[in-house]
Amino acid sequence: MVYENPDGVMIGLEIHVQLNKLKSKMFCGCSTDYHDAEPNTHTCPVCLGLPGALPVLNREVVKAAIKVGLALEGEIAEETQFHRKNYFYPDLPRGFQTTQYDYPIVSKGKVVIEGEDGEHEVGIWRAHMEDDPGKLVHIGSIEKSKGVLIDYNRSGMPLIETVTAPDMRSPKEARRFLDKFRNILEYLDVFDGNLEGAMRMDANVSVYGGTRVEVKNISSHKGVEKALLYEIMRQKNVIRRGGEITQETRHFDEARGVTIGMRTKEEAEDYRYFREPDLMPMKVSDWTPKIKETLPELPDAKRARFIEQYGIADMHAKALTSKIMLADFYEGVCKKGTDPKQAATWIADVLLGELNYRDLVISSYDGSTIGCINDKDHSIANSTRVADMVDLVALFTDGKISDRAAVEVIRTILDGEEEKTPLQVIEEKGLFKAEDDLVTKAVAEAITENEAAVQDYLGGAEKSLNFLVGQVMKKTKGTADAKTAREMLVKELKG
Amino acid sequence: MITKEDVEHIGWLARIEISEQEKAEYMEKLNSVLDYFGQLDEVATEDVSPTYHVIDLHNVFREDVAAESLPQEKVLANTENKQEGAFKVPRIG
Ligand SMILES: [Zn+2]
Repeated sequence: MVYENPDGVMIGLEIHVQLNKLKSKMFCGCSTDYHDAEPNTHTCPVCLGLPGALPVLNREVVKAAIKVGLALEGEIAEETQFHRKNYFYPDLPRGFQTTQYDYPIVSKGKVVIEGEDGEHEVGIWRAHMEDDPGKLVHIGSIEKSKGVLIDYNRSGMPLIETVTAPDMRSPKEARRFLDKFRNILEYLDVFDGNLEGAMRMDANVSVYGGTRVEVKNISSHKGVEKALLYEIMRQKNVIRRGGEITQETRHFDEARGVTIGMRTKEEAEDYRYFREPDLMPMKVSDWTPKIKETLPELPDAKRARFIEQYGIADMHAKALTSKIMLADFYEGVCKKGTDPKQAATWIADVLLGELNYRDLVISSYDGSTIGCINDKDHSIANSTRVADMVDLVALFTDGKISDRAAVEVIRTILDGEEEKTPLQVIEEKGLFKAEDDLVTKAVAEAITENEAAVQDYLGGAEKSLNFLVGQVMKKTKGTADAKTAREMLVKELKG
Repeated sequence: MITKEDVEHIGWLARIEISEQEKAEYMEKLNSVLDYFGQLDEVATEDVSPTYHVIDLHNVFREDVAAESLPQEKVLANTENKQEGAFKVPRIG
């Protein structure tokens, strides 16, 4: 089926990614580990923009940019250099941002996403390096703010800005692109997406091939999807009423789910880009072959390998490789001898489903345990151990516990106050599958004690059988397999 | 040709106030700079590759090593306008 794109929606994205895994900032030695620090404790003359301070570029920033470029299947420039983008804002202590203009380090890449009608290619126009401004905190609400506090700890953090072609045709495709893009970056190990401000996005969108509108500074993937849904509806309404879409920049109010026009400046933006004289041009394309060798296996390749090596369904392979930490966890479980297909079902379907239900995202994997944090308030949640998953799948496949009990074990481990192994949970809750004679006894009792229900069932009321099954489950404290209990009852009553 | 409006625009971009007298003066000076660039246009440059930097150097990097930052008191030493360890400025816009 071909997606018709009835409203002629075209979406492009600009994504800023902070290289927060590096040790030092982009142009100075200040540590990048400032997230829990007091304001203005990770700054120096360079990132404070004091007169006479000179920047020197961190080599690892360039390497990371090349890594990203290669993973996006882009071209790495023969010659690349920095420009100054000049504007006044208090978060920018020097009055300019150091960025790249007409010689970006990466150009012409692509990312394949799961589009509205199957695999869909999104072009990458460019990816370049730039430094992050400081952070502003308004005193009171933005409208009634009495003043602004500035913390320059973030100033000079290395960023990679990636600009896509307007190749996405729906908010869902934009969301899919962002999920995939973030996943690729996590595979490359260049950033920790769970840190505050690690990824910021601008989205531009037009309908019916008309004027495009930019929505600035959205901080989450869900936010981008919501902002775009709203903005497309707004543009269609304007056009339906005979109005015209004007080229403008809008701001997304995440709490209200609406985009708001920002006051248009009287003068057009005029950044007066010019070459940064304090930084030397770079010729680094010869680093490419060596960096290419260090690239890890990327999501698409890993997904194909999982299908091939473990014989699992594509749906499972896709879910398991959607996050590098989850993929590693899965392989950790398989390495312990667990049947790969069983492991895929229990991890991709059950564990992932239970995590999603609790708004938990995987934030770490240390070779034996995956750690999770809450997506909403970033609080640390219970972790899940490889060893526990191995034991749990074994208990289930050996017929010691029912699938319902296994799910309950996972839930108990995720919600429990103290750390417990599956065996402990099963013993405490009495979840071992009932022995067959115990079920047989319960079936016999259920029949003799509930004559009315038995007669109803024999008289054609199927619902009464459910009642009897319920009685069996109650007598065995939920340890009987419901399907077996039903079969035994039917056999007993109808022969 | 740089007009009076151009001078006003440049002044606004740089957030500096320019008197009427200065506007006339800067207009003349900026136009003479522009004329000088006009001379450069006369040089044949077809076979000359562009110069990216006046110093013929490239690939100047530092290693990714974290160093000591300034203490907060020193960072804020030059301003009266501070609050809770941050610089304080008037509200924007
Ligand atoms: Zn610094």
